[in-house]
Amino acid sequence: MNAASARLTPTQFGLVSASIVAAVLPHLLRLPLAYSALVLALLIGRWVQRQRSGVRIPAWVKLPLVVLFPVLVILHYGNIFGREPGSALACAMLVMKLVETETSRDARACICFASFVLMSALLFDSGLGFALLLFAALALFLAAMRELEPRPADARKRAWRGVVRDDLRAGTFALAVAVPLALCVFVFFPRLGSPLWGAPTDTSVRTGLGDRMAPGTIQDLLIDDSPAFRVSFDDAMPPRAQLYWRGPVLWYFDGTTWSRPEYFAIRNNAHTLQTIGVTLGYDVALEPSDRHWLLALDMPVEAPDNAVRGADMSLVSRSPVDHLLSYHATSAPNYRLDTTLDREQRRLALQLPAAFNPQARELAQRWRRELGSDEAVIKAAFDLFHNEFFYTLNAPLLGHDSIDDFLFGTKRGFCEHFSSAFTFLMRAAGIPARVVTGYQGGYFNSVGNYLVVRQSDAHAWAEVWLDGRGWVRMDPTSAVSPQRVELGARAAAGASAPWYQSDWLLGLRNQFDLVNRLWNDVVVQFSALRQQNLLAPFGIDKADYADLVAILIGSSTLLLGLFAWWTLRSPRGTGDPLDAAYARLCRKLARAGAARAPAEGPQSFAQRIAVSNLNSRALTDLLDQYVSLRYASALPSTTAVRAFARSVGALRVNAKSPALA
Amino acid sequence: VNAQATIAAQWSRLLELAERRLPALTRLKRAEALPILLNRHRIYVLPTRFGLVFSAVLLVMLLGALNYNNNPALLLTCLLAAASYQSVFQAFRAIDRVELRALRAEACHAGDKLRISLHFHIDTRPRRSLRVSVEGIETVFDLTPGSDGCVRIELPAPQRGWRRSGRIRLYSEYPFGLFHVWSWLNPEFAALIYPGLEENAPPLPPNGADADQQATRRSGDELAMLRNYHPTDPLRSIAWKASARHDTLLVKEFEQRRGREILLNFSLLGGMDREARIARLARWVCMAESAQMRYTLQLPERRLGPGHGPDHRHACLRELALLPGAAV
Repeated sequence: MNAASARLTPTQFGLVSASIVAAVLPHLLRLPLAYSALVLALLIGRWVQRQRSGVRIPAWVKLPLVVLFPVLVILHYGNIFGREPGSALACAMLVMKLVETETSRDARACICFASFVLMSALLFDSGLGFALLLFAALALFLAAMRELEPRPADARKRAWRGVVRDDLRAGTFALAVAVPLALCVFVFFPRLGSPLWGAPTDTSVRTGLGDRMAPGTIQDLLIDDSPAFRVSFDDAMPPRAQLYWRGPVLWYFDGTTWSRPEYFAIRNNAHTLQTIGVTLGYDVALEPSDRHWLLALDMPVEAPDNAVRGADMSLVSRSPVDHLLSYHATSAPNYRLDTTLDREQRRLALQLPAAFNPQARELAQRWRRELGSDEAVIKAAFDLFHNEFFYTLNAPLLGHDSIDDFLFGTKRGFCEHFSSAFTFLMRAAGIPARVVTGYQGGYFNSVGNYLVVRQSDAHAWAEVWLDGRGWVRMDPTSAVSPQRVELGARAAAGASAPWYQSDWLLGLRNQFDLVNRLWNDVVVQFSALRQQNLLAPFGIDKADYADLVAILIGSSTLLLGLFAWWTLRSPRGTGDPLDAAYARLCRKLARAGAARAPAEGPQSFAQRIAVSNLNSRALTDLLDQYVSLRYASALPSTTAVRAFARSVGALRVNAKSPALA
Repeated sequence: VNAQATIAAQWSRLLELAERRLPALTRLKRAEALPILLNRHRIYVLPTRFGLVFSAVLLVMLLGALNYNNNPALLLTCLLAAASYQSVFQAFRAIDRVELRALRAEACHAGDKLRISLHFHIDTRPRRSLRVSVEGIETVFDLTPGSDGCVRIELPAPQRGWRRSGRIRLYSEYPFGLFHVWSWLNPEFAALIYPGLEENAPPLPPNGADADQQATRRSGDELAMLRNYHPTDPLRSIAWKASARHDTLLVKEFEQRRGREILLNFSLLGGMDREARIARLARWVCMAESAQMRYTLQLPERRLGPGHGPDHRHACLRELALLPGAAV
């Protein structure tokens, strides 16, 4: 019987199935729901079928399935290349492999393929918790591989629980032992300077700031607690009220949606920025968003590498942020921006859709007529918000004239509504204005001395252009709910926040975020550059490939050498302790000149010693002791054996005058 | 198919050549005295086919992780690679210091299966999923400290006479099937294969002329004597009444009237070829033994018996097994 073609036992099949579940599940959580359900149903169906009947699946069942999944993928994604469709197809094919798995050769093919699928899950999400779960799945793979080894017939009768537990323990042990070598390879394996093949971009599924603000877009963010970016300041953190993280600036309003004219990213020289007083330097580690925005404090003084600063002072990266991105930025909290406004900008900043929101328009024009100055109109708007409006995340839906509905009807909402309504009023009153989206505030982790800004810190505010002062930030939300700025979105939302944003849970998460940051900092962001500088403390300033390869080979050889030594070491101490102690005694006597002959028993040896010049009371006692321990009882007591071994160790044999030291 | 067969033939020829040229590598050169302790000088390791494929997958994973510049994926790949490659040490330890202490063969006639038991001894570490392969026959076993470590294998025994077990390949792919660790054992051992028994043999030859009518002390019909009890005696043969009168247990021995003692003569079987004669004589020896007869085996150069019992039977079958072949 060939072991590779033997039919899998239920335990083997179960472990292989579990491995495949572990490989596929991280993808299924992300893939379209119906597709995931189909793949999962096939997996469970196969498992149940195998448990029940165990008949081979005929080809006429398999073939349509093999065709079905690529067709589904193409229907949904348009092609089968790229990360997203590729992983969707890989999951389905892996489950298909399980459908036809009957022998241990098939099962091993499954494990190989599953390893690849598992690894590819990390291309989509490289968070610490997720990564740790996937690492743990490796133990399951190793357990399955171990279980695939042939066993004698009688060993197959054991209950599967015990067998699986043994396998998992062995897998976990192998994984734990592998950590040093894995780390060594990870650190010193030379990184690619540029990718070998282009990484195709995919349509994003991540939440994050968009280049438009429609009703509900920010609301989606406010309930998402995942970190957006982390900041560590070069010096002290500025006060919370200054923590406005500038994102996309929205100019164009069509009645429901604010959006951004594309060409502002290009016209990056059409602005004048004067900084007043100090500037702040800080490092930002931006979580992947698949978008182009880089966040910076109001107002960024210059653009980081590989990014441009648009005319509206928003930072735009040249390529989408599809991996954790770090950059250093400098901002001026006090500034004067665009003291003159060109005709094009003024036109855009005053643009309003016709035939929308007549009441709001009329109110603004009345303010303008009655109050006159820009400042007075702004104050009137702030007073209106402050006196009559409520901050809540559960804002009622708005109708066709959304601004009118909000201002004169519902009067409750959050930053999205306030900034939108405020900008509309300003424009209607003839004051150039625009909506700025981004984040506000953040949680300062005092242990790690950094600020974590979550998606739920997303915010929208307004900027108005005042003659002589340029663009001035106006946050109408702070007029309604000062806590939003002082304490954050969570405090402002009160009881309307979802359950998982409850205080203690969020507090816990904020504390734990330090670990995430360490992970991001040490592992995720480990780059070719960091690798080169790794050896600076040892005198190698910029380690090139040759250095790295040499160190990689050297250190892994060292580690493997340790293991080899452990493997090949002579099995001292594995034998009987009494024999070991007696052997030691004989060695000592041999050194003193009285070697025991190979055929000499302990008693005749003792007689020979007794007449030699080595004779001593202690020695005779020891030899007698050995004889009684070895031969007087079948199992000598452990304590007696230990005592004997100790006395042997303490014995000093001297050819002239042997004595017990 | 033809090309495949040619390649296979070439490959085995190459292996034979390697074994001739590199005897130290393959331990073909001579049989060794038992016990044989496996150590690092005679254990060989190579990756299995699964190990090679798995390496290729790891390489693809590595390239993918590097290309996407994804460090967690790279770390995962490194972990899996390190865990799988380090299993080579465990694989080695699976058969390191395994000791073959003894081989025992059961009695076997040519044409039957020869049952050999291999007695292994290990130190304190249990070993899992070990495999022995003798002449292409594979057996899986585990060794645990304290158990007898006995592995039974069955080999075909087509011919009478001494049969060597051939080289024994002890190997394992434990723990993950990625590495093939093996060693050759070539113990000094040969099993005696009794001659095959003739099918449908004629009944035993008529009374030997020189055989006396004799009574044998075997379990028969009439009580012959009482003797002391041995632990193996059946309880029903104990003479309870007689025992009550003595200090020890006594056992009844019955006597059977035996009509004859027979002579099995090799040279009287004329008109048959040599092997057929041997087969018939072997059958007759067994028949006579089971019929509780005394018998004498007359061979061209030796005469065995008259006698009876397992020892006599063995002596007769052994002589028959070791008779030179017809061509000699």
